[in-house]
Amino acid sequence: MSVFPATAAAKSAGRNRASASGARPGFRNQRVAYWYIAPLGIGFAVFYFWPLLQTFYYSFTEFGAFGGHTFIGTDNYVRVVKDVTVWQALGNTLIYSVIGLMALPVAIVVASLLNRRGLRGVSVYRALYFVPFVTLPVAVGLVWNWLYNGDFGLINEILSWIGVDGRYWVSDPSTAVYAIGAVIVWSTTGYYLVIFMAGIKGIPRDYYEAAELDGAGALRRFFTITLPLLSPTIFFASVICMINSLQTFDLIYIMMGESNPAIGDTQSVVGLFYKWAFVENAQGAAAALAFLLMLVIAALTYLQFRIQKRWVHYA
Amino acid sequence: MRRRTLLGGVLAAPLLAACSGGSDGTDSGGRTTLSYGMWDPAQVPGMEKIIAAFEKRNPRISVRIQLTPWTSYWTTLKTSMRGGTAPDVFWMNAVNFQLYASNGVLEPLSGHIKADATPVDRHPEALVKLYSHRGTQYGLPKDFDTIGLWYNKQLFDKAGIKYPDESWTWDDVRDAAAELTDPGRGVHGFAAEMQRQIKIYPAVVGADGFILRDGRSGFGDDRTIEGLRFLTDMVDRGWSPPQSAMTESVGRVRYWSEKVAMNYDLSAMAGQMYAVPALKDHGGITVLPKGRRRATIIHGLANVISAKSDKKAAAWKFVHFMAGREAAEIQAKAGVTISSYEGTQDAWLKSMPEFDLKHFIDMQKYAVPYPSSENTAVWENLQYPLLGAAFSGKGGIESAARTLGEQMDRALKEERAS
Repeated sequence: MSVFPATAAAKSAGRNRASASGARPGFRNQRVAYWYIAPLGIGFAVFYFWPLLQTFYYSFTEFGAFGGHTFIGTDNYVRVVKDVTVWQALGNTLIYSVIGLMALPVAIVVASLLNRRGLRGVSVYRALYFVPFVTLPVAVGLVWNWLYNGDFGLINEILSWIGVDGRYWVSDPSTAVYAIGAVIVWSTTGYYLVIFMAGIKGIPRDYYEAAELDGAGALRRFFTITLPLLSPTIFFASVICMINSLQTFDLIYIMMGESNPAIGDTQSVVGLFYKWAFVENAQGAAAALAFLLMLVIAALTYLQFRIQKRWVHYA
Repeated sequence: MRRRTLLGGVLAAPLLAACSGGSDGTDSGGRTTLSYGMWDPAQVPGMEKIIAAFEKRNPRISVRIQLTPWTSYWTTLKTSMRGGTAPDVFWMNAVNFQLYASNGVLEPLSGHIKADATPVDRHPEALVKLYSHRGTQYGLPKDFDTIGLWYNKQLFDKAGIKYPDESWTWDDVRDAAAELTDPGRGVHGFAAEMQRQIKIYPAVVGADGFILRDGRSGFGDDRTIEGLRFLTDMVDRGWSPPQSAMTESVGRVRYWSEKVAMNYDLSAMAGQMYAVPALKDHGGITVLPKGRRRATIIHGLANVISAKSDKKAAAWKFVHFMAGREAAEIQAKAGVTISSYEGTQDAWLKSMPEFDLKHFIDMQKYAVPYPSSENTAVWENLQYPLLGAAFSGKGGIESAARTLGEQMDRALKEERAS
């Protein structure tokens, strides 16, 4: 996640170095810099990197329910690859991330609407949109379950006014994954909205004024000024969004329950990981699954970085 | 971002346990402090009374309850076992028992039981057996639960049907369910829910089928399938809401809101049912109807001692006391669960005079213990994803059950191999 500021900084650093006619940066300064990044670096090493190495090691072991482990080679990976539920969960997870990405266009449109000059109470709107993001996923899941409830839910009630027969949204295998996806979009839009509003603020007003003088309408200004100049921010948001949706778990866990007939059609990879590791005492296989997910995330992120060269404009 | 919630829970568990675990048990006064792990907040007042009685008899021991909510009880317990901060004495259920016993993290009790003549024979035999592993007893039961038929007298009166009683068979239930179902008012005769303990297992044993026998799955068995079909058939005929509907509002809630006329449910739910004025007024209880044979499922909790405890002598004193008559009587009076000690259930029966609770105790005679193996959760988790479609009115219960049987056998084979 810290990749982005780093690349931007590296670029500008590269530029600076070129202009500073090859002067070597002072060694003392570098040492001080390490002290500055130490708090983050140590935290990262202890809480992310070390567990990562351990997980990698444990993915080759059979893990006792109460500690103790034996090395079993690649058996766990074989199990993961052979298990159909893994592939189903991976498919569901990809659906979640595609649906999750829908939050971006919504957030961009709302952000540019909120950015109109002379609009009052912007901070109120921003706060309202942000509230779902800071609400506990458990609370979000419970409330949405009431809304979706097939017998007493508000959604079916409203549908019945216009003569549409509702259904059991979260327990019907054909709708459950989309019902949950909609909640993901609803609860994350506010986060991206804030990012995009900041991004739009960074676009110089002169461009819009010049365009207006030349007779460009609001739509034209949006597509030829806002979107291209916002593209680095959109890229950042889409990578974050992708990573987050690939890791969804809590919302699904809360909304689906245990005896839901649609459970196989909605289970995410992290959900399966949780089940293996904490319910079925198969920590070794769960570690292998977690590693597989990490590889998927890394691959997709790499792909995004490759594709971004075609559509992201760094002004 | 979101990921932290899962990680946070895992990290917090041992920390919390460490905070509440205390140091080495004995303080300056030479008192031993035991920690007692449990999950049900409703039982805390009753347990506190038992602890008070125990501490009076054993002034040098004090017991502190360590309450962990059900949803995180087992993960927390496992983590704290690894970290060596598990409670000295804690609640155990049948699903998890063999996993703990086979991994050697529980203290064997057989020797203690013999030495102190603990009245094990006063508890239901099926229940005591649930907590023995390879001939060694590791836990002593404290309470038990059976499943009974709950019915709504008012709905029966409206339909002009006589109330269910001990003579009822599955046919009677089916006939009544057909009569009681009233789509116009959203009332169903029965709630044939996909719930293993209160619906699936009782139906299976009622059909003379089985879930697990000699390390083999029963789901491929014809009788077992007949039991499952008793349930799914109700859904297919519209006498029960489909599982998709009951995921969103469970059978118990439908019975509470008088939308379901008959429901199988636990004896432990009596207190909650009693708190609903309509049900206190016209809720009825009887034994489960007879399929091929009369049967129900019995399950109960046991107290066990951690093998890692450094206060085992005191812990045994407490577990021994909990298995005795005095503790059982106090527990029964608290009215939440049925004490497993024979003859102490009167207080529980009297706590809800409007309900015919006696049936729950009578059913012990033919009750089948809750099925379990070393890694029960693995094959239990196979059930709902495979049976879900059949319980939602989509048919195919037979092939689903046979597939489940094969997969469960595979899981059992892996369990033996590990």
